[in-house]
Amino acid sequence: MSMKNNWQHRWRKVKSSMVSGLCLTCAVVVIAPLALLLFSLVKKGASSLDLNFFTQLPKAAGEIGGGMANAMVGSLVLLGLAAAVGVPIGVLGGIYLSEFGGRRLSWAVRFAADILNGTPSIVWGIVIWALVVVPITGFSAYAGGLALGFMMIPIVIRTTEEMLAMVPNGYREAAYALGIPRWRIVLHVVLKTASRGVITGILLAGARVIGETAPLLFTALGNNFWSHNLSEPINAMTLQIFNYANSPFPDQNRQAWAGALVLILFALALNVGVRIMTRGSAPHLVK
Amino acid sequence: MNAAAELVKSGPPGGIVLAPPGRVADNVFRGLTWVMAMFVMVLLLLVGWVLWHGAQLSLAKFGWHFFVHSNWDPGHGDYGALPFIFGTFVSSLIALLIALPLSLATAVYLTELAPGWLRQPSISMIEMLAAIPSVVFGLWAILVLVPWMQSGFYPALQKLLGIVPWFQGRIYGQCILSAGVILAIMIVPIITSISREVFRAVPDTQREAAFALGATRWEVTRLAVLRYSTRGIFGAAMLGLGRALGETMAVMMVIGNREEIPKSLFAPAATLASGIANEFAEATQGLYLSALFELGLMLVLVTVATNVVAHLLIGAIGGQRSSGA
Repeated sequence: MSMKNNWQHRWRKVKSSMVSGLCLTCAVVVIAPLALLLFSLVKKGASSLDLNFFTQLPKAAGEIGGGMANAMVGSLVLLGLAAAVGVPIGVLGGIYLSEFGGRRLSWAVRFAADILNGTPSIVWGIVIWALVVVPITGFSAYAGGLALGFMMIPIVIRTTEEMLAMVPNGYREAAYALGIPRWRIVLHVVLKTASRGVITGILLAGARVIGETAPLLFTALGNNFWSHNLSEPINAMTLQIFNYANSPFPDQNRQAWAGALVLILFALALNVGVRIMTRGSAPHLVK
Repeated sequence: MNAAAELVKSGPPGGIVLAPPGRVADNVFRGLTWVMAMFVMVLLLLVGWVLWHGAQLSLAKFGWHFFVHSNWDPGHGDYGALPFIFGTFVSSLIALLIALPLSLATAVYLTELAPGWLRQPSISMIEMLAAIPSVVFGLWAILVLVPWMQSGFYPALQKLLGIVPWFQGRIYGQCILSAGVILAIMIVPIITSISREVFRAVPDTQREAAFALGATRWEVTRLAVLRYSTRGIFGAAMLGLGRALGETMAVMMVIGNREEIPKSLFAPAATLASGIANEFAEATQGLYLSALFELGLMLVLVTVATNVVAHLLIGAIGGQRSSGA
């Protein structure tokens, strides 16, 4: 009997170690694609990052050389337009949820924001196409910026609400005691105290939409030259990467890698920005 | 809540406490924030309405037949959505089948087994995977992953499982299985991070109790952690599924974009999202466009349903989240 117990006990321990090993293997398998992807990106992209890449326009298909200058500027313009739409609506909406909202209405708004957050990005593309591109602007930077801006709203509104809700009530009460009007309390005390967290949310939303392609396909459309007017089509990094990735010309594939590297570095910079923001003072307000 | 806090929440009674100058500005400000919050709901309704409105022609012409008809032929004005529905669900299911076990094991490793110094770097790596844009995954897949799988992995798989009909026939690189694999890579981070949160929410007393009974580490994980987290794991899986169903760019770049039900996993196909993205620019004729809008409407309904179920299981939708976005 005791022999059998001993054997059983050993088997259980062996089984436990085997599962541990299996879990470790799975973790490695999960991280491997990231490592492989980054390896390809650096290996194939870094050598193409020269001055031309940052200063020149795309060349016609089949020609060697050229760059993505217009796409880089275009992405930043689109990001700016998106922020102009998404940040005010998101932050003010978040203020409503945290400072003014009744229970039911706030629940409904949060629900709507969560649903919108899960809406596939291609859907935003065709909705803005039907709503803005066809009746009003045609393919334009405005339309692309609007699509990205709408995608920012759910993220900004939820993080703003969370961050404001973390501001201790004592701050509000202290300001009330001084006879300050409520709107000033919200803007100058509550929002200011939570500003790091709110900016973090905005940066995260920006990092997400700058990597979006599908909402731009039928709105900003993309082109191969400089756009001088926001009511004209505009190029974006993601659109250019997409076009070059599908290209049969190796030189365009090469530039797609370079573009992807730049895009990732930019998104990474935003994420590092977030890390730095969250590590600064007032750590009790952000997670 | 004390009296002062009560006052802050409900506002001053009759302006006795607050000085009058702020009243008008207060109301204006409050109204402004209300409008912005309402805009979110308007936006949701707008998305639904635009898709519904755009799909009218197709809805009127095909009715429910649209969902079960498998012929998609723009040349003859005949549209059936079944190939897209099939492609969407099969590619997402493949993704989930690959990603779920891997993610759960990784989450178990990170919460229960990994030494402390290894946890944070691994978590950061996986979170970075989540921050990579879809089009970059597509680029990598189309130029590196798919060629490799087509020349090495797929033939080996066919040799191994060739008796099963799904693995027979000609091997295309751009096929539904490639889409499933790239989707799996893309949804691993979200399933891992949600299930990690779920595991972490298991009280330590559960683990301690199991340890005290003499359970090994695996038995503790199985009995105290996994069994305790079933609901949350389902939620994480649904959230990953929702992400996979709606994914567009990477899928469009590797799935081959053929509007028919594939005979094998090595054959090209199309999904709802990839079909819209791929064909929208060509759709100049009213009915064609309308059919694509109906695909969009379906896509939204399916992802909304999946997300609602996921959030119900995790218990977060409409409520305060337990953690950051």
